[in-house]
Amino acid sequence: MTAIQTRVLDASPSAAKARRFGAWYVAEHRLRVMRSYVSTVVIGAIGTPLLYLIAMGVGLGHLVGSTPIDGVSYLQFVAPALMCSAAVTVASEEFTYPVLSGFKWNPTFIGISSSPITPGQIIDGMVISVIVRAFVTSVIYWVIILFFGAMTVGVSALSVIVATLVGLAFGIPIMTYIATLERDTGQIAMVMRLVLLPLTLFSGTFFPLTSMPVYLQWIGWISPIWHGTQLARVLAYGAQVPGWLIVVHVLFLLALIVPFWWLSRRIAKRRLTA
Amino acid sequence: MSPVGVTLIIVSSPVIVASELVKRYGGVTAVGGISFEVAPGESFGLLGPNGAGKSTTMRMVGAVSTRTSGRLTILGLDPDHDGPEIRAQLGVVPQADNLDEELRVRENLMVYGRYFGLPMSYVRRKADDLLAFAQLQDKAKSKVTDLSGGMKRRLTIARGLMNDPRILLLDEPTTGLDPQARHILWDRLFRLKEQGTTLVLTTHYMDEAEQLCDRLIVVDKGVIMAEGTPASLIREYSTREVLELRFGADRNAEMAESLSGSGDRVEALPDRVLVYTADGEGELARLTEAGIRPLTSLVRRSSLEDVFLRLTGRSLIE
Repeated sequence: MTAIQTRVLDASPSAAKARRFGAWYVAEHRLRVMRSYVSTVVIGAIGTPLLYLIAMGVGLGHLVGSTPIDGVSYLQFVAPALMCSAAVTVASEEFTYPVLSGFKWNPTFIGISSSPITPGQIIDGMVISVIVRAFVTSVIYWVIILFFGAMTVGVSALSVIVATLVGLAFGIPIMTYIATLERDTGQIAMVMRLVLLPLTLFSGTFFPLTSMPVYLQWIGWISPIWHGTQLARVLAYGAQVPGWLIVVHVLFLLALIVPFWWLSRRIAKRRLTA
Repeated sequence: MSPVGVTLIIVSSPVIVASELVKRYGGVTAVGGISFEVAPGESFGLLGPNGAGKSTTMRMVGAVSTRTSGRLTILGLDPDHDGPEIRAQLGVVPQADNLDEELRVRENLMVYGRYFGLPMSYVRRKADDLLAFAQLQDKAKSKVTDLSGGMKRRLTIARGLMNDPRILLLDEPTTGLDPQARHILWDRLFRLKEQGTTLVLTTHYMDEAEQLCDRLIVVDKGVIMAEGTPASLIREYSTREVLELRFGADRNAEMAESLSGSGDRVEALPDRVLVYTADGEGELARLTEAGIRPLTSLVRRSSLEDVFLRLTGRSLIE
């Protein structure tokens, strides 16, 4: 029993590691959870591009005919956009239900916050895990696009990073909103139907934004999907976009990612340390 | 055991010092200035009804919830500045299970161990050890949702032990469990206590407090009503025995009136009348002789429930 004496407190190595790598531990946790629905993830990541590329590129492309759009074939035009919207879909899954679940339904975030991990690190870990899944999904998409001959190996590989960024730019503000919810009375379904769907349809994904009437084009201007898709097109087939607009596209994506990431951390802290 | 324990309390500084601890949510005061100390190796309890501020206190001690005012040091550190350093040395068993239902039983332990910066090879071994401790070896690959309530609690305790904590915080550890599951759990907690782990637990079960706590505070409406060992509290605030009489729901209050003067004190509850006395059988005999005819009668030893009733005028479980 004499072993129990006041130990001199050393700076706990455990806490030091948690302070440094905490977000990665959370991401590791999330990725392990994703493994439990890995078949959905993989089938989604491979099946979706196949279906879309066949339906849109080959089917719809045939209807559009050989008239070039934005200087390229319809398949080439639509492929980078489809890749971006796949990353957006991944982000919209991972930043909605798992977030509300972590706070409320199966409050794993409360469990984690009893460990040395801070609420901010929980948010960071969520973001990292979505980066991983969105990136992997985009890479698979890119490879399949290569098989369809809609991109060529080279600079187009960078469009994978752009797609991942679009996912974050779309998903992180949604996480911020979801983090403020106490319960889901249809809000998540509303986000999917009234935000995800219209933004995908009216963001120059399937046709150039300029082919829409001006009074609808604003939807694209405020949509991270349009800004990201345009960037991806520049990388995929060298779409003609003025330099200043490229800068605007990048800044727009960052303007959605950085402040809302910060805000999500704040909300998580307020919620978990009350 | 006790002489050694006493010596330890004297020579070693407390692992938890709370003084005038206050927590307010908006205009609502959840904890209204409570002070206590916990010595290393001690098993310390917070006894009180639901809403007494026990859980809030535990969350502050757990370096999760920030205090509104007062002084609080855990293991010599201030939770406002050294949250991760404190939490690295605590094990926490929350009132509501928050195991990850999307992971398997063993994975829950492994993932949690990683949060303490422990290497993967270590958390694997540790998880297996603790599954054995929690008597869940054969459930290692089960889904969490397939576990019974008692198994979930044991898994949560195992999770709280992944980092070999110096203090284990348990918030209502056996609430909602059947008697057998409670006894299994108590047995595990006893073992931890024997190994020298400091336990801090909240409960509204007096038998649990009597079983597990060396010392406890009785909390009601965010303030401390009394402090001591279970035995000393019973000695101070109650009598050795209690005579329980039932006269039927509509007659209890009326009979309590006519019994006033019997024993040390008479307490009327909706379903029965309690007569506090050193000698229950003797008191019963006297009352029978005086023509008092209860429907049923029972003599039992005083418990912390009686202490609580005396201190607050209310029952612990309403």
